[in-house]
Amino acid sequence: MFEYAPAPESVRPDIKEHYGLFIDGEFVDGQDVFKSVNPATEEVLFTVAEAGEADVARAVAAARRAQETVWGPMSGTERGKYLFRIARLLQERAREFAVAESLDNGKPIKETRDFDVPTAAQHFFYHAGWADKLSYAGLGADPKPLGVVGQVIPWNFPLLMLAWKIAPALACGNTVVLKPAETTPLTALMFAELCQEADLPAGVVNILPGAGAAGAAVVNSPVDKVAFTGSTAVGRAIAKAVAGSKKKVTLELGGKAANIVFDDAPIDQAVEGIVNGIFFNQGHVCCAGSRLLVQESVADDVLARLKERVSTLRVGDPLDKNTDIGAINSAEQLARITALTEAGRGEGADVWQPACDLPENGFWFRPTVFTGVQQSMRIAQEEIFGPVLSVLTFRTPDEAIAKANNTPYGLSAGVWTEKGSKILWAAERLRAGVVWANTFNQFDAASPFGGLKESGYGREGGRQGLEAYLDV
Amino acid sequence: MSERLRVKKTYKLYVGGKFPRSESGRSYPVSSPDGTELANAALASRKDARDAVAAARKAQRPWAGQTAYLRGQILYRAAEMLEGRAGQFAEELADATGADPHDALGTVEAAIDRLVHYAGWTDKYTSVLGGANPVAGPYFNHTTPEPLGVVAVIAPQDDPLLGLVEAIAPAIATGNTVVVLASEAKPLPALSFGEVLATSDLPGGVVNLLSGKAAEVAPHLASHADVNGLDLTGADPELAASLEAAAAETLKVVRRPGKSGKALDLLRQWTEYKTVWHPAGMAAGAGGAY
Repeated sequence: MFEYAPAPESVRPDIKEHYGLFIDGEFVDGQDVFKSVNPATEEVLFTVAEAGEADVARAVAAARRAQETVWGPMSGTERGKYLFRIARLLQERAREFAVAESLDNGKPIKETRDFDVPTAAQHFFYHAGWADKLSYAGLGADPKPLGVVGQVIPWNFPLLMLAWKIAPALACGNTVVLKPAETTPLTALMFAELCQEADLPAGVVNILPGAGAAGAAVVNSPVDKVAFTGSTAVGRAIAKAVAGSKKKVTLELGGKAANIVFDDAPIDQAVEGIVNGIFFNQGHVCCAGSRLLVQESVADDVLARLKERVSTLRVGDPLDKNTDIGAINSAEQLARITALTEAGRGEGADVWQPACDLPENGFWFRPTVFTGVQQSMRIAQEEIFGPVLSVLTFRTPDEAIAKANNTPYGLSAGVWTEKGSKILWAAERLRAGVVWANTFNQFDAASPFGGLKESGYGREGGRQGLEAYLDV
Repeated sequence: MSERLRVKKTYKLYVGGKFPRSESGRSYPVSSPDGTELANAALASRKDARDAVAAARKAQRPWAGQTAYLRGQILYRAAEMLEGRAGQFAEELADATGADPHDALGTVEAAIDRLVHYAGWTDKYTSVLGGANPVAGPYFNHTTPEPLGVVAVIAPQDDPLLGLVEAIAPAIATGNTVVVLASEAKPLPALSFGEVLATSDLPGGVVNLLSGKAAEVAPHLASHADVNGLDLTGADPELAASLEAAAAETLKVVRRPGKSGKALDLLRQWTEYKTVWHPAGMAAGAGGAY
């Protein structure tokens, strides 16, 4: 195996010592202050104001005023131009955002640089173009915005989830109050600065850092719509909270995706897809291929090649350009991954981890593969949200589908086979909002993303994603 | 010669293609608005609701697996059957609502036309709602609407035939199966509509019709883990709010009272988008393993 010399990213973004709440175009104080930590070093990166109920009320009022007086009445062409401008600014400052994201989140720089930030910019560019074409979206002759949208996003793709939420909302003529995740507010606050730089009218975008209480305050405030990405438990609570109100809701929740490898699959490509499916972003991905279903006749071959490949993954400094797996986002998440992994051992599954050194400070978890997994085990049922793969086998295609669908979730699925008809057969039967065939973890602004069953409802991206932000 | 004694109909539930009484053995009297007693209707229980969900679940995959063309023909056949019995339905509707018989016939005709309208949607909504997505990479990517699964419907209380058809037709046109709680005070047209469906080659279980008390039966449908969608059109605001909260536990798709009744909005209401990706372009064409 090759030795790699360290190749650290040299650009350092200008991170402030303290960030305020972004309300009505300005940074202001909140009810409290909390710290954001670099999960790779446990060092404090900056402090940030925490939003309370009064702050949420002020932000919603500002968003309401901006929607009714400026953003709503503005022509689609002009709204689109603001969004194009934001997309361009994000592209210009891409490296700065990528490094900041890696510092605050712990994910490898190669992912923030090649995926998170460029895809976020694409989302703004794509939706910018919709702003003056909404009447062609198949949602009525003159579809109207909903008004003020409350948005709560997770820590796994902080800037990208912000883009998925804000870009379509603004393109459709809504204004937003967005709460970034407690552990990853940095790029949202840098985005607020970028909105100032773009001369976006005050109040159109409001950013309110905080924890669960701030998120609940946004959900319970007089917004017209709630958009949430995060855990199924919180999604349930939100669906209950808005019951009987006029608030529209879209929820993008958990997953326990099956990645099915048939005996006629291109094995080397499948192994790359399995690795990408579960180890991309440390497995902090709602649509991660966390259950590998491999046909019994090729299981030994697939597992041998998989272990060989996983042994070459480099775990460590997120800012090193060679790093494949970065830091776990928080001590809390590390504890959850550890607990579920222990449960897997306890229930009798066989655990395998490659030998690799982990840094002394920070939150780390070795890539982990469980074999001999039974469907009833917690590691086959519960979302681990970490670099932990559960391997199950099957004999017939029908058995593969039955096992794949044996989950309350329905977000994504993978299929590996060289037979086109088998792909379409499987894709039709898999109860999932996104099916990747001979690929995995692909995302695009033009492609609707979202789940079925307890993975939530509503889509983000594509023409279908506009439904979430228009009064239809 | 004595006058002939009229044979009266027993109004029963329609579950799994059969016409059972309530397993509870209960029934309740149904009257017209002027107080004339019309008939006894079965008073559905929790067990009836669960049986209906089981029948709907069993029927769902085969129904969704039929061709869109066949689903369209079956819906059209239902329109044919209703046309043939328009007089009977006009009478039942006039009795149920107190409407003028001529107006009631107009409502029946509107219901027939609505069935014809949705019969024509079955093989078109997929193209209208779905499509190819131009992603920024060498991938074939397309999105298609798929049925949500089993939809429970609290049917409109004051529009017992046309409102019922408007609730059922878009849901089954898209491959869902339904469990419908008919108008509580005016259930008879709905129960007769079951006879229309039963003679339209509609597979048993695709539409299941219950009569009874919304406050008693609906909570079991709202909390049932095997129900995917909940149509609250016929629920009063207080009941609707509590049912929506119950449905949140299993994250059902909910249609609140007063939501748009436009055809395409209804077709979209009970479908989920599935997006499929596959590599394309150079890598695939160059003899790569894809």
